[in-house]
Order: sequence, then C-alpha cells, then structure tokens
Amino acid sequence: MNDFRLPLGDWADAFIHFITDVFGGFFTVVRNIFAGFYDLVDFALQTPPFWIVVLALAAVAWLAKGWKLAVGTAVGLLVIVGVDQWDNAMSTLALVLVASLIAVVISVPLGVLAARSDVASKVIRPILDFMQTMPAMVYLIPALILFRVGVVPGIVATIIFAMAPGVRLTELGIRGVDKEVVEAGQAFGASPWRILRQIQLPLAMPSIMAGVNQVIMLSLSMVVIAGMVGAGGLGGEVVQSLTRIDVGLGFEAGLSVVILAIILDRVTGALGTPRKPGAPRKQAPATDAAEPLGPEAERLPAASATA
Amino acid sequence: MSETPVPEAGTPALSVRRLTKFFGRKPKEALDRLRAGAGRAELAPLGTAAVIDADFDVRRGEIFVVMGLSGSGKSTLIRTLNGLLEPTDGTVTVMGETITGMSPKRLREVRRRHVSMVFQHFALLPHRSVLENAGYGLEIQGVPTAERRERAEHILERVGLGGWGDKMPSELSGGMQQRVGLARALASNTDILLMDEAFSALDPLIRKEMQEQLVELQQELGKTIVFITHDLNEAMFLGDRIAVMRDGRIVQLGTAEEILTDPADDYVAQFVQDVDRSRVLTAGNVMEAPRAVVTASAGPRAALRAMRDLQTSMVFVVGSGRRLLGVVHDRDVLRLVQRGERSLEPAISDDHPVVSADEHLSELFESAVESQLPLAVVDEQGRLLGAVPRVTLLAALGNVSSNTGEHAVIETPATIPVDVITATLHRTARPDTAIADAADANAVAAAAAEAADIRAEATRADAAGERSPA
Repeated sequence: MNDFRLPLGDWADAFIHFITDVFGGFFTVVRNIFAGFYDLVDFALQTPPFWIVVLALAAVAWLAKGWKLAVGTAVGLLVIVGVDQWDNAMSTLALVLVASLIAVVISVPLGVLAARSDVASKVIRPILDFMQTMPAMVYLIPALILFRVGVVPGIVATIIFAMAPGVRLTELGIRGVDKEVVEAGQAFGASPWRILRQIQLPLAMPSIMAGVNQVIMLSLSMVVIAGMVGAGGLGGEVVQSLTRIDVGLGFEAGLSVVILAIILDRVTGALGTPRKPGAPRKQAPATDAAEPLGPEAERLPAASATA
Repeated sequence: MSETPVPEAGTPALSVRRLTKFFGRKPKEALDRLRAGAGRAELAPLGTAAVIDADFDVRRGEIFVVMGLSGSGKSTLIRTLNGLLEPTDGTVTVMGETITGMSPKRLREVRRRHVSMVFQHFALLPHRSVLENAGYGLEIQGVPTAERRERAEHILERVGLGGWGDKMPSELSGGMQQRVGLARALASNTDILLMDEAFSALDPLIRKEMQEQLVELQQELGKTIVFITHDLNEAMFLGDRIAVMRDGRIVQLGTAEEILTDPADDYVAQFVQDVDRSRVLTAGNVMEAPRAVVTASAGPRAALRAMRDLQTSMVFVVGSGRRLLGVVHDRDVLRLVQRGERSLEPAISDDHPVVSADEHLSELFESAVESQLPLAVVDEQGRLLGAVPRVTLLAALGNVSSNTGEHAVIETPATIPVDVITATLHRTARPDTAIADAADANAVAAAAAEAADIRAEATRADAAGERSPA
C-alpha cells in the first residue's frame, strides 16, 4: 500500500504545462487586457488629488444611501490619507473594482444559465464548491505560471475565488421569482428572452445585488494574498510588514483594508435596495393575498424594465 | 401570423380531445395503463396522472366552468389550453388551430391573439405601474406606446379603476389587484379568457362583486371564458356549463341545473348537497304549467266553472296574446254570476305576485310569503309562462326532485263548496246562455293549451342558451 500513490499532483502539473505550451499566446492576450483595464482604473483613481476622489466617493455614498454614509465615507478615507496609505488604498480599490466587475460579468450569466437548466445547475454547482473551498493561494501558483508576476495573477485568482456567490445568488434569485408571474409572461405570449429581461431579472435584482456585494467583499479579502505575487497596494504593505515584523505598518495597512471593506459593503448593499426618491419607505397597504416576493419587490426600480 | 387559417364561425372556441397529462418518468407506460382502465392510485409509483381523457368543446361566448377540489387536475387542464403545458396525449384546438405540437414561436403568436389568462394570485409585475400592467399584453403584441396607454386606460376605467393607473400594484387591495389582472387580460382583446381560480384569493364580499362584474362584462364583450374554481356556488353562479372534475377525470358536464337536479354519480351528488339551490334554480326551472287560466273574454261563468273543475279558489286571467291581466277569486266571480254580469273585468285584481322566469328562487321567497296565491311567471312581454305554487318552491329547495309531477300541485283550495257553485250556475243558466257556456268551456281549454305552447317555446329558447348577444 505504501508504494501506491495517486499522481493527482503530477497530472495537475502536466495539465498546466500543457496549457502553457498550447495556449500561451492566449494567456498573454488575457494578461494584456486585464493589465490594461487595471491600469486604466488605477490611473483614474491615482491621478486626481486625493480630496477630489474623497469627494467623489462620498457623493456616490450619498446617492446610494444618504448623507450619513457620505460623511462616514469621507471620514474613513481621510483616515487612510492620514496614515499615508492613500496610494496603496487606491491601487487596491482599482484591483477590487476590476476583479469584481469581471467576476460579475461572468457570474450573472452563469447564474441565469443555472436557473434555466437543471443540468447546467448540477454541473456548475460542484465546480463552484471547488473554486470557493480550494485554499485561495493555490490558484496563485498556476496563475503565476500563466500570467507571470504582477497584478494580473492577483486579479485572476481573485475572480476565481470571488465568483461563486455571484452565480449562486443569481440562480437563487431567478428561481425564486414567483412562478405565476413568469407564467403570466408566457401566457401573454412573451418570448423567453423578454421574460428574462422584463420579469425575472428585475424581480431577482435584490438577490443579484446581494451576490454582487458578496463578490466585492470576497475580492477585498483576496487583496492581501494577491499582494504576495506582487500586486502591490495594501496587500503588498501587509506582506511587507509580515516579513519585517512591523506591527505599526501592519496595523495601518490592515485598518485601511477594513475601512475600504466597510465603505464598499455599505454602498453596494444600499444599491441592492434603492429607495424611491422622495417617498419615505412605508408599509404597503395590507393585501389579502400573500405577497410571494416579500417587501423587496415593491422597492425595485420601476424604470429598470421599460422596453 | 401569415398563413393562419381564419377560423370558421361555427367552430368551437376550444376543442379538447382525449387529453391526458401525466407527470412522471414513463409517460408511455402510464398512458397505456390508463387507457387499460388503471386509476390514479395505481399509477402513483410512476408519477401523477393530472388529467385523464378530458374531452369537451367550449362554445364561443359561453362561460365554461371547470370545477373540482384541489388536486383534481383542473389547474393542469387550464394550462394545457394555452400550451403552458404540453399534453402527454390528445389534442387542444384553439379557434380552429391545433396548438398541440406547435412550435414555441407560433404558440406564442396564438397566445397573443387568442388566449389571455387571469391568475389566482394576480401575477402582476410588481415593479410596474397599474397602467403598465394593464397594457402588458398589448406591449407584447407590439402595440405602440400611445395607443397602448389609451386602451389600457379605457379598460381600467371599465373595470372600475379609472385614475389608479399611476399606482403600483402593491398599493392596491387584493380585489383591486385582481381587477388589474382582469384588465390586463381584457385589454389584450383576445377571444378567450382563461381564469385560474381568479377569485379564490379574494374575500367573500369582493368575490361576489367580481363575479357579478364578470358576468356583466362577458355579456357586454361576448368573450369565451374558461373559469376554474373549487367553489361550487361560484361555478353555479357563473357557469353556462360546468365540468366537474375528480381525480383527473371529468365526471359530469352540464348546466348548473342539470348537475344540481341530476348528478352523474354519488360524488357529484355529495358535492352539490351543500349548494344553495335557491341561488341556482330559477323560477323558470321550477314553474308548473298554469292550469287555472281563463281568457278575459270568456266571462264569469266560464271562470267559475273552471274553478269548480280544478277545485281551486282562483284562476289567472289572460288577455289577448296571453298577456297576464290578473287573477279572479271564486267569491268575486260567484257574485258576478249571481248578478248576471257578462264581463269578468270588475272581479280582476292585480295584487297577485308576478316574477320573471330568470329570477332565482332566493328572490321569490318574499313574494311567496306575502301572498296566498301561486307566483305567476311571465316573460318580458308580460305573457304568462307558468306558476310557482309555494309547495313547488319548497320542494325545489329540499333535495326532492324539482320535477313535481308525482306530487300534485296544490292550488289554493276552493273556499266555496262545489255544490254551491253548481247550483248557482244552474240557477242563473238561461237558454240563450247555454250556447255561450259551451263556448266558454272551449275558451278555457284553448287557453290552457296555448299556455302549454308558450311554455314549451320558452323552454326551447332557454335550452338554446342564448346568453351571448345574438
């Protein structure tokens, strides 16, 4: 028995080598696209003076939720400026935004697919389990080989790690849409695409937005790991403080991550349940029919589904 | 949309032939066993036979009710009618087009043009305004925005929701939400309306109101409506014809009256036991042939003789064209005869109750209580169709057969002894009136015969089910 060993590791190694040899060109292209995208967002955040960015982010918070969140955002960002982590924080923010955006772009359609087909759902589910539970650092190894040191392997590892809740919550949201409402669309002769666009997506929006929120939070939790492969930013600072046993630097960089996390969470969380402008949120008049979608349904943006 | 055959005027709105829907893994095997006579329970290990061998036509312009308890397959049945579910076997034909096996694209086209649907829990789009919801069917049909708005507003007005167009569905009560659901279906302007337990989620008062409004709208717009319900009273109120479903099979198909008075089996009989018969049966259903009838021109002697022969204290008096003039009582007529009057006119009183043939029994009680006399049933022109004595009214309410043939109709008993009448007739008889008497007797017989004719005619018209605008 001692001689026997499953050569899974060798296979994975051979597989990655095979991929590198055959699709090397493809990965170079992907690398350039991701890197270009990251540079663009990073440039947009780094170039203006910090107070403009602080004001802009506070304004976003105001629009998303209200003045309290705006003030909190501004204060938090100023603390980051105060501990001299502004540039690193902006690099990290750029990485999170790029990785999250790509993860959402991939995961929402996958979630739709999983919701429409039981077969797809059964195939996708174990893959998601694998992606989410595999220790995140393991992704870094092939990512390093395929994309070389820098910000791109960090982004790729982040996307893979963060995608799962986006797919899951999209599927859940669409499957949870009242069956009768979908039937109504069919009964009046709407095409499946139209039902998806006008009924399922708008009604599943709270759940999808919760998924987006989760994607962003998981992305942020990956930045430190991404810092290990040279992604820089706050993650790079934390890794550096670890190698130097620098408690002060570690605390300041870590606190900056926490502040960014809280801001991103509150803002995206608020986007999932937007208020009706001008109207105070109040209980709808009681109806004698069970409202199958819960209170979220009434808060959906009316404009999202006009033809 | 191009080569769709134009449906001929005579084709039924919906034709369902040997339709079976089986949910489960081996539909072929299940089908064979069903056809071999297996029941639902025997197939339980394979799956559920929701609908078994349904076979019926829905005529244009009628309200066709499918009635059954939950689990009887009625919701599955209605979903096969517009192709939301594909039948395991059998066919569905909508306005002359067989939709079974049709491509999804053409099926959508049929739904857009011919069949709309109203849902139990309303199924409104919660993120759209009432007006946008009402216009949803039109939007899918590709009607331009301005026209869509106009038509949706018009139909909202029609269902009593004028001015609510800008509200969101969640701001409306249940009854109002279902009005929006109804408006959405009506606005699509399809020939057929499928209503799946449409009023079951509403409270009783609102439900009653909606039922009345639906009948009104149907009479006005002449839509063909297939209505699903588990409430027999609702079925009886709405349905021109009712299909009773049990365990996936249609066990009886007929008018409310047929189901009530002639249930196909014990199950249906048990079911209709609790129905409020007084709200289903009408005066026309239970009325008797009016035997005690004389024409006004026949004169008092004929009337008196008729009363003597029929052992009753009153007769109905009809004028030309069988128009009901009133009743005469034996005492009054006796007085006229004794005075030698030639005309019946002075004795005619019109204080007797008159009802129309389509009034429900529940509406007859008050009149029946107020008067000793049988209720006179007349048509729109005031012609006498029949009479409803109290005993008939009571017999119809109990589970006794409403056909009162075996228990003799007891008219108000004669108040004057027969021999007194005979004596009076003899005493007042004059040679010149003897011939007139004979003529009078003929007049009475003719009046009774004519009554039978009109009644038969009315029954035929009824049976033809002329609910829709001619």
